[in-house]
Formats: sequence, C-alpha cells, structure tokens
Amino acid sequence: MSDTKFMQTKRGFLKTGLASVALTTPFVNRAWAQTVELTMLGWYGTAEPDMVGEFEEANNVKFVPKYYAGGDNMLAALAQNPPGTFDIIHTDAEYAKLLVANDLVLELDPNDYAFDDLLHDDFKSFAGHWDDSGKLYSLITRFGHLGVSYNKDVLTAEEAASYEVFWDERLTGKVGHFDWHLPTLGQMSLLMGNASPFDIGEDAWKAVQEKTLSLKPQVGGYFDFGGTFAGLKNGEMLAMVGIGDWVTGILERDGAPVSSVVPKEGGIQWTESYSIAKTSEKADLALKYLAYTMSPEGQVKTAQMLGYPGHCVTKAGRALLNEVDAAEAQRSGQVDGDPRDPITLINEGRISYRDIPVQQTLEDWNDFWSEYKNA
Amino acid sequence: MRRLNLYALTFRLPIIIWQTLFFIGPLIFVVAMSFFVVRNFQMVETFEFDSWKRMLSRDFVWDAYVYTVLMAGSAAILASLIAFPAAYCLAFQTSARTRQIAILLLIIPFFTSYLVRTFSWYTILAEAGVLNGAVGLVGLGPYTLLNTYVGTLIGYLTLVMPLVLILQTVTMANIDDRLIQAARNLGCSPARTIWTVILPAGKTGFVIAALFAFILSFGDFVAPFYLGGSNPPTLPILIIDTTKAGQQWPRAAVVAVIMMVTLFVIAFSAIMYAYRKRASR
Repeated sequence: MSDTKFMQTKRGFLKTGLASVALTTPFVNRAWAQTVELTMLGWYGTAEPDMVGEFEEANNVKFVPKYYAGGDNMLAALAQNPPGTFDIIHTDAEYAKLLVANDLVLELDPNDYAFDDLLHDDFKSFAGHWDDSGKLYSLITRFGHLGVSYNKDVLTAEEAASYEVFWDERLTGKVGHFDWHLPTLGQMSLLMGNASPFDIGEDAWKAVQEKTLSLKPQVGGYFDFGGTFAGLKNGEMLAMVGIGDWVTGILERDGAPVSSVVPKEGGIQWTESYSIAKTSEKADLALKYLAYTMSPEGQVKTAQMLGYPGHCVTKAGRALLNEVDAAEAQRSGQVDGDPRDPITLINEGRISYRDIPVQQTLEDWNDFWSEYKNA
Repeated sequence: MRRLNLYALTFRLPIIIWQTLFFIGPLIFVVAMSFFVVRNFQMVETFEFDSWKRMLSRDFVWDAYVYTVLMAGSAAILASLIAFPAAYCLAFQTSARTRQIAILLLIIPFFTSYLVRTFSWYTILAEAGVLNGAVGLVGLGPYTLLNTYVGTLIGYLTLVMPLVLILQTVTMANIDDRLIQAARNLGCSPARTIWTVILPAGKTGFVIAALFAFILSFGDFVAPFYLGGSNPPTLPILIIDTTKAGQQWPRAAVVAVIMMVTLFVIAFSAIMYAYRKRASR
C-alpha cells in the first residue's frame, strides 16, 4: 500500500518535474541568452539594421538608437541625460574634441585598430580624436565631402564647379540651404579665399557675412534632413549649399537627376568617428563594435549606409567595397585612379576639414545664421 | 461675506486643478527659465537677464516677430473672409439637416494629422504639381508656391479654415431670423443686411473665430517650416533654431514669453471688443 502510494507519488513527481522543465525551458533559454542593449547616440541611420544588423545577430546585441542632427544637439543630449544613458557616441570630428575636453569618453587603445591600413596619413592623427598627450579617444570611421549639389537638368558639372554658381540667375529662388551654419559658412569662407575656412580673423569673418547675405535673394528655403532630400528630389531646389554626396548619393541611387561636385575653391570634409561614453557599463561590447566598424565588412557597411553614404577610411574596406559593390565604389569615386577619388582630392589640397570656428565662437556663427535667415 | 459653495466647487475643482497643473505651472516655469543661463550645454538655474538682453537687442528677433504677427493676422482675415460666404449659405440657405452634415464634414479633416495634410500640399503646390499642371493646360505658370509666404498662408488656412467655418456657421445660425426679415422688409439690400444686422448680431462669434485663427497660426511651426521653407522664419521656428543652437532653452523661453504676452494682449483686446455693447444713444 505504502509502496503503491510511494510509486504513485514518485510517478506524479516525475510527471510534474518533466512538465515543469518543459514549460520553463524556453524561459531558462531566454535568460541564458538575454539580449544585451547597446545605446548609441548618433546621426540618423547609424544604428539601423543595415548598419548594425549583422553585429547584432553575431553578438546577441540590440542597438537602441538616439538620433540627433548637429553636434550641439549631441553635446546637449549627453549633458541632459543621466550618466550611463549612452554606450557608443557617433560624432563629427570637430565635436569629438569637445567630448575629450569635457572628459566624457573613454581612452581607446590604438593597438586595437589597424591604423596602418588607413587610406590617408591625416586620418591616423586626426585632430580632435587624440588629446595633447597623444591618447586616443575617438576612432575615425567614415568621411565625405561637401561642395555644390545641383540638378543635372539645369546645370552641368562644369558650371557647378564654382560656388559662384549659387548666384546664377537661373537659380533665383531655387538655392536651398541645409539648415546648419557650419557647412554653409565654411563654403562661403572658401569662396572668399580663406585657406583655413574656419580659422579666420575679424575682417575675413565680416567679408564672409557680407558675401553670404548677398546670396539671400537666391535662397528658396532652409531645410532639415527630410526637407533637403525632398527639395532636391522634387526639383523645387535646383542647387543646395552645405551638402554633398551624403544627400545626392541617395537621390542618385533612386534615379533623381542630381549630383555633387567639389568646386575649384575647394570642398569641406565631414569626418565621423565613434567614441565610448565614460559612464558606459558595456564598454567591452562597445569596443567590440568599434573594432567591427574598422573591419573590411564594417567599412563596406558605412559606405553603403542607407541613411546617407560615406567613404571608407581603410584600404581593406575600400578594396572589399570595390569587390562586392563596384557600382557604389564607381559612383562615389572610391576607385584608385579616379579623378574624383576623395583621397586624391585631399592630396591635391582641395579639401578642408570641417571645424568649429577658431577665432569666433559657435554662438557668433549661430547668431549670424539666424540673422541671415531673417534677412 | 459669501459662504463657500462646496457643491459648486466640486464641479469647478477639476478644471482649476487641470489649469494649475498644465497651464499656470508650466507658464511660471517658462518665465523662470528665461532667466536661467546655459553653460557647457547645461542649464544653470539662476536669475540673470542675459537671455532677455540678448534676444531683445537682436534685429532678427523683431523681424521674425513682425513677420509672424502679419502672417497670422493675414491668415485670420483671409480665413474669416473666405469662410463667410460658405457659412452664410449654410446658416441661412440650407436645412438644419444639411447644416449638420456639413458641420460633420468640416470636422472630418481633424481626424487626420495636420502634418500629413500639410505634406499633401507638396504634391499640389510643387512646380511639377497638380495646380501648376492644371494652369499649365491654359498656358499659365509654372508658379512657385512652395517655400514662399503663399505656401505658409495656405498651410495656415488648412489648419484654421474648418474651425472658422464651423464657428461662423454656428454663430449665424443662432442669429434671430426675425431681425433679418425685418431688415429685408424695411428695404435693406442683402449687402446692407449683412453689414447692419448680421455682422453686429454675430460680432462675438466672428471675432472669436478670427481670434482662434490668429492664435493657431501664430503658434504654428509646421506650415512656415514645410510649406514656407523657413524663409523667413517665424517665431516658432526661431524657438526651434534657438534650442538647436547650443541648446539655448532660456533664449527660447524669452521668445515663448514674448509670444504668450502678445497672444494675451490680442486675445484680451479681441474679447473686450467682441463683448463690448454698443453705446446707447
């Protein structure tokens, strides 16, 4: 009797046990393989599946993006969110130096990355990525050039080869601005013959302001991200100041008759990098992602990014791009020997790296930008 | 001394609490914030006049102010004028049933996002759009409508027209019909009837409708940004620009306070005018 009872109990126990294991196994599995979240503060598109999907899958990570437009907003997001909110910071080079100055980012080990493989020597010691004592804080990842963006049905590449084209009477009311002072005023500074467009004295600054104000009658509008794309695509804007292939490249892929050219006065380079927030609790994983972005595969993804295209910074990345997406490599001039090759343009001295104003404050430039918009 | 009426207070309390929490509280905060300063992209709570001095001394702020007032005023006047014939027709020349259906139809635009409605104007107003395509058939155009003040006005009217039309219709539908009949019997022309009977009788409703049109247009960001191309910017765009440029929330708060004071003065004046009785002879 007691045996039977025991046997029943044992059977019941086994049944209950097996059922419990079966029911809880999925949860146990999930607990073991819990996805880690990495929060990235970046420009639009940098944490989308086309960029991070492969890394997410391989490392059981989920990227949580927080997008911004303009370095000021990036610094504000860091200042106004609790420490630990962000793990990876994607930023423009000119603002990376402010991250270092404000002690917001972790020091990186240069030996972890193939600096010898970088396409240009300037990239190896890019201003703002290193501090004065030679410590690395920001890892270069991609770049692009800003020049004259234009509608090919109205202008030829030769006509667009000078910033003076913005004053062409065919473009009256049809010149658009990307609504950010740095690229436009940098281009105006180049037009005024300033070799270092962001490091100009008071007289030169005044001349830049006067020249910019003279463009006002040509201006059709000031646009955000979406408006810039829409304005060029629907033909409402026939030329754009302050942008480049990062906008027209996407529209070209869609078949729009637009293009960008670095004019004879020179172009401005935007340079993006990754840093790791000092307060991140997932720095190891973030470091792994930084290494991935420097791998040939990661570099190809940055060149093909759906949000806006950029150029590879490593030789291996460029080689792989030419292998797997020759069309994009050709379109963007990332081919050795191509006269539009962005590295060639740098070597020819036609490119200035975008910076924050050296002799004026950001506030001065911002104020003038507001004045210009209201002129 | 009047005794506190708890019963009446019970019904009034929710709106008092609501207004205190979500209007007066934030209002006080915005005013206070205009005296803060931003250092290293962080707002520092202090009491300084820096933001006021800076914003009030900038010409572009006053340019934006004048432009915004003119554009919002134009929208209020245009909406009132354009809506009036339709509202008159609905109030006096249709059955009550038709009027109800019309009002329902006028409410339907509010079911969709204003932003979506604004973007739909892109395809209509673009140089290769529907409107220019239509006038092109008779050899006219193309006209540049997007990224102009015309585009901004169209956006404003998209926002306010249904509301103005509803308010005017309800106002006129409530005017005592016998007054209009008396005017006509005494030999008034339709135009004089409108001028001497309908407008004075419905003054409160017409003024309130125009006031709403002004308030909504004055604070609108979408139309001047997407249809006007921020060229030139209005005060709401200036607020956005100011916050984008170095996160200067205190300066944006100054613009917001200027806007609120303006709206308060205009709304107060309009309401005083709307409810002012004619002086007895």
